[in-house]
Amino acid sequence: MSEQVEHLIKKEYAAGFHTTIDSETLPPGLNEDVIRFISAKKNEPEWLLEWRLKAYQAWLEMTEPEWAHVKYEDIDFQAVSYYSAPKSMDEKPKSLDEVDPELLRTYEKLGIPLHEQAALAGVAMDVVFDSVSVVTTFREKLFEVGVIFCSISEAVHKYPELVKKYIGSVVPQRDNYYAALNSAVFSDGSFVYIPKGVRCPMELSTYFRINEQNTGQFERTLIIADEGSHVSYLEGCTAPMRDENQLHAAVVELIALDNAEIKYSTVQNWYPGNEEGKGGIYNFVTKRGVCHTNAKISWTQVETGSAVTWKYPSCILRGDNSVGEFYSVALTNNYQQADTGTKMIHIGKNTRSTIISKGISAGKSSNAYRGLVRINPGAEGARNYTQCDSLLIGDKCGAHTFPYIESKNPSAVIEHEATTSKVSEDQMFLCQQRGLDAEKAVSMIVNGFCREVFKELPMEFAVEAGKLLEVSLEGSVG
Amino acid sequence: MLRITDLFARVEEKEILKGLNLTVKPGEVHAIMGPNGAGKSTLGNVLSGREGYEVTGGSVDFNGKNLFDLEIEERAREGLFLAFQYPVEIPGVSNMEFLKASVDAKRKHHGQAELSAVEFMKMAREASKRVSLDQAFLKRGVNEGFSGGEKKRNEIMQMMLLEPSLCILDETDSGLDIDALQVVANGVNAMRSAERSFIVVTHYQRLLDYIVPDYVHVLANGRIVKTGGKELALELEEKGYAWLENEAV
Ligand SMILES: Nc1ncnc2c1ncn2[C@@H]1O[C@H](COP(=O)(O)OP(=O)(O)OP(=O)(O)O)[C@@H](O)[C@H]1O
Ligand SMILES: [Mg+2]
Repeated sequence: MSEQVEHLIKKEYAAGFHTTIDSETLPPGLNEDVIRFISAKKNEPEWLLEWRLKAYQAWLEMTEPEWAHVKYEDIDFQAVSYYSAPKSMDEKPKSLDEVDPELLRTYEKLGIPLHEQAALAGVAMDVVFDSVSVVTTFREKLFEVGVIFCSISEAVHKYPELVKKYIGSVVPQRDNYYAALNSAVFSDGSFVYIPKGVRCPMELSTYFRINEQNTGQFERTLIIADEGSHVSYLEGCTAPMRDENQLHAAVVELIALDNAEIKYSTVQNWYPGNEEGKGGIYNFVTKRGVCHTNAKISWTQVETGSAVTWKYPSCILRGDNSVGEFYSVALTNNYQQADTGTKMIHIGKNTRSTIISKGISAGKSSNAYRGLVRINPGAEGARNYTQCDSLLIGDKCGAHTFPYIESKNPSAVIEHEATTSKVSEDQMFLCQQRGLDAEKAVSMIVNGFCREVFKELPMEFAVEAGKLLEVSLEGSVG
Repeated sequence: MLRITDLFARVEEKEILKGLNLTVKPGEVHAIMGPNGAGKSTLGNVLSGREGYEVTGGSVDFNGKNLFDLEIEERAREGLFLAFQYPVEIPGVSNMEFLKASVDAKRKHHGQAELSAVEFMKMAREASKRVSLDQAFLKRGVNEGFSGGEKKRNEIMQMMLLEPSLCILDETDSGLDIDALQVVANGVNAMRSAERSFIVVTHYQRLLDYIVPDYVHVLANGRIVKTGGKELALELEEKGYAWLENEAV
């Protein structure tokens, strides 16, 4: 059985091509000059440069976290280039017609047509290529209802008060090692503002692509949902296949003001490295949202890529009656390693959180769930429900769960359930006896295992996620 | 339809089938009875190609093909169906989705187009009615939280939708109440035709009152040790298997 399953996991990484394009790329290395260069390149105001430099100073004094259940060779942060942008982006194109056709072709190949006629109906898209945002679609249409959706570089100039007020308000510069690094060198990312009472009429989406060699991507996303507003946001990401590991250290901050709701979905498909574990993206990401009174933040993630994933999308439930949700599918195959989970910090009264985590390990991979539920003394009536399921494919992989519960209020109700199961030989046999081949059988069983999470994804993406899982499992059964 | 010649098979180094012979012609219903551990389920598993069951001798011809040349799923698509003694659950995979994938896999194998969701829905609803399963069961996970009897009826529903040519029912009657037994028997009887054959494994002659077999075989110690008509089942009910043990050696 395990042998049979193993073969199913020999996948082709479809997004693994490289685009040949003339880029301006900083030589590897990190120092204050590099930060000044990035800031100058973006024509940033003085306060932001100062902010970056402060983060850099903090970073210099910090050390890489070592508590995660992942192993990788030390990263040489001086061997990474911290800025790379297509030359054609020197002057940011005003419309799609001005975008380098080679870039447009890249996205077409990835199945993401950028022309609005051809684009996914009802989805506005910001695309980030290496260090810069290339284009944001449907901006005018969104602007009509007051929704701001643009790159964060642009927001710095156009909406400085919003950026200044909220950047670093949820993830401070010195929050952790990678957040500090990101704060120092972030080059682009998306900015969203939904005005009071507005229900964003479209899905907003950012697509991240790393292209250049030896380049890290450090994007920063800031989403502000003003009182009573509602937005659904989705991010996707891919990178070429390379033998070297590449670094991706992003920061995402969500602010849901009173009665607002933010739904944030991720389909992460960074290059996972080859079958022998060579290459792949190091994905060290800090994502956190703060919920004010009656607000709700829901994180949904489908993590299939990256060589190493270190990621804990979290909710600070500050306001009374606020709600935090975390739905996660993390699939690791071959030599991939994931240490992912969430933090739910209950501060307000009657705050509620739900955590549903599905970990699937195949090949020789390692998959860990790490979650913290903290109930502060003032969080009367707080509730948490956690369900943590692991599915093993084959017998050379590992699954681990590290749940941490800190309750300082006796009225809190915390429930935790955990299961570990295997794709059983009985299940495989039933499927095959009914005429399904082994690959279809595994992908069906795994998809069934993930159902509770997939149903949280926007429709189009739920289908995509299912397909992605199928590809990621290819070769795990023979 | 099916010709088993001198079949030997082992599980985990243990010889279970020891020179089994059985021929099933189109349209026939064969009942197989026999003591616990005799190898009845093993026979079904070997015929359907389950991993871990090693064929060490003999041959099986299935509709003119060497059965052992075919993969598990190919045997299924060619019309071999096994209703399980203990149906397994597949959480989160809806019965509907599972059945449609199975039916489509078979259709594809035979060069037919996949069914539309609507067409299939209609067929599935009809089948669920025939086995007295509420339509809600189509949406639920495969066997997920089904009662013992519901699982067995679900097996029969799958059989109806897949329209196999050779149906092997492994103790489908065990754990069924009288009404469910009737439902299952009616389902099987409705599917009886000149082209379709059945191998019905059971411990109880009662089932054979409803599904009247053409032959009754006794499988003991890895071989068919006695074959008779439906009256043999009655005789077994009365006398047990002990009197046959001698014939086995
Ligand atoms: N996977 C297996 N591993 C080990 N032994 C097995 C396995 N499958 C079957 N056996 C053994 O083979 C023998 C025959 O089993 P089988 O299930 O075919 O019997 P059966 O005739 O169906 O019995 P019952 O009437 O109890 O269902 C038994 O001794 C059983 O323990
Ligand atoms: Mg049996």
